[in-house]
Amino acid sequence: MLQSSAPASRSSAMLVALRGVAKTFPNGTQALAGLDFEVRQGEFVSLLGPSGCGKSTALRIVAGLSEPTAGAVEWVERTDKTERRSRIGFVFQEPTLMPWANVRDNVRLPLKLAGARGGEAAARVEAALERVGLVAFAGAYPRELSGGMRMRVSIARALVTEPELLLMDEPFAALDEITRFALNDDLLQMWQALRMTIVFVTHSVFESVYLSSRIAVMSPRPGRIVTELAGDAPYPRGREFRTSAEYAGQCRRASDALGRAVAGGGR
Amino acid sequence: MSPAASPRERRDRVLRVVLPVVVLALGLAIWEAVVRAWHIPPYVLPDPVLVWRTLLADWSLLGQSLLVTLTTTVEGFLLAAAGGVGLAVLFNQSRLIEYSLYPYAVILQVTPVIAIAPLLLVYLQQPTAVLVCAWIVAFFPVLANTTLGLNSVDRNLGDLFALYGASRLKVLWNLKLPSALPYMLAGLRIAGGLSLVGAVAAEIAAGSAGAGSGLAFRITESGYRLNIPRMFAALILLSVTGIVIFYALALVNYLALRRWHESALQGER
Repeated sequence: MLQSSAPASRSSAMLVALRGVAKTFPNGTQALAGLDFEVRQGEFVSLLGPSGCGKSTALRIVAGLSEPTAGAVEWVERTDKTERRSRIGFVFQEPTLMPWANVRDNVRLPLKLAGARGGEAAARVEAALERVGLVAFAGAYPRELSGGMRMRVSIARALVTEPELLLMDEPFAALDEITRFALNDDLLQMWQALRMTIVFVTHSVFESVYLSSRIAVMSPRPGRIVTELAGDAPYPRGREFRTSAEYAGQCRRASDALGRAVAGGGR
Repeated sequence: MSPAASPRERRDRVLRVVLPVVVLALGLAIWEAVVRAWHIPPYVLPDPVLVWRTLLADWSLLGQSLLVTLTTTVEGFLLAAAGGVGLAVLFNQSRLIEYSLYPYAVILQVTPVIAIAPLLLVYLQQPTAVLVCAWIVAFFPVLANTTLGLNSVDRNLGDLFALYGASRLKVLWNLKLPSALPYMLAGLRIAGGLSLVGAVAAEIAAGSAGAGSGLAFRITESGYRLNIPRMFAALILLSVTGIVIFYALALVNYLALRRWHESALQGER
């Protein structure tokens, strides 16, 4: 059942945390203020919040793509930026593929940039393509694929380095419902198979409840975490969970929490 | 050429070839008729048949000149391509160099080449001067377009490269240059035509004093001798050269982009 402010898996250790993070952009926009957010090893945590609440900014700060104006990003072991790179995968809102390269070369990119050798890299690319079911399309160009397939390529690329932490920024927002449901299920399967940690940014209550083992609800700008909800329905989750009364109840509670966050600025 | 072209598409394709040919035939017929009807002498306006005969009769001379002009144009074009892309990359990598040199690239571009040519002829051997003129006119569109392309990189892709810690060189080679390719090719298509313009402008500026024997030189020379049919013949060769350059570069563009860029795609999707 869903309880407010109760961590999903108390036992698991912290992987990375944002401590009192604030971000003010040069144009004066205050995106985040006093954001405290812990990511624990092996969890599937969603950042749920209204559009423009700074969810994506928080994710970019975790990835090291953006520096906080105040506060700190704390990693479990002291690692420098170079080491951290190999531990993070990032999936953007758009597939963000190189249009001039075919699927295989797009997926290989992170390995190529890391200077990996040909034979081993090729095997890892094949494995990543297999995971997302696109082996048959390895030679296709992005424009020849559907939106859902492009997003699968994007996920394969993020997974090819076998990251410890996968950061996803509203990856399925632009897809139709059927494709989104299929990708939700595939993502959960990969998460369990690869035992990685996922931070998933979304503004969809239904998606966050379906996927997450924990939901962090954010207030409107300047964003901070106002409530945490545990999604402790057992995995694997599938169609049955999506149509269960338990799911509907959790969605209602998450929706209420989001409503309160939007209305009261979180208070 | 997609195998599943509809009858309408096929008719469209045929019309695109047939219609210009019909217009050409009509134009030539009217030209021929006007010259005959008014008994215009060939030193004022030669009829198309005479121009054609002159082209064949003077081929040894004109063919030689064509080769000279063509060589200069191709050399000028290649240097412009190398210079334009090279400068664009340099400007992209270093702001200081861009700030220092960009205004002078603009000055070179906006000063009419026909006005620069006589000066160049004072200091340089004629073939070199012609080449420099071709380069001056042609490099700027390559520079401007490539610069635009290098600055039009998808920001998320840029973030992705940053996330994986790509070096500047890797970003340039794997991200910026491929992103810029469609723009670069557009610049090169303009440069191809312009390098011919530059070569011709310099040859004409050299005029009768010139030791070279390009097509533009032939036109000026034939003008002095009132050999109007040969002027037309040389002009036609220049036009054909321009057309061939344009379509050759269009083909390169198509071959390089057909798999991935919107501009090179055709038909329904």
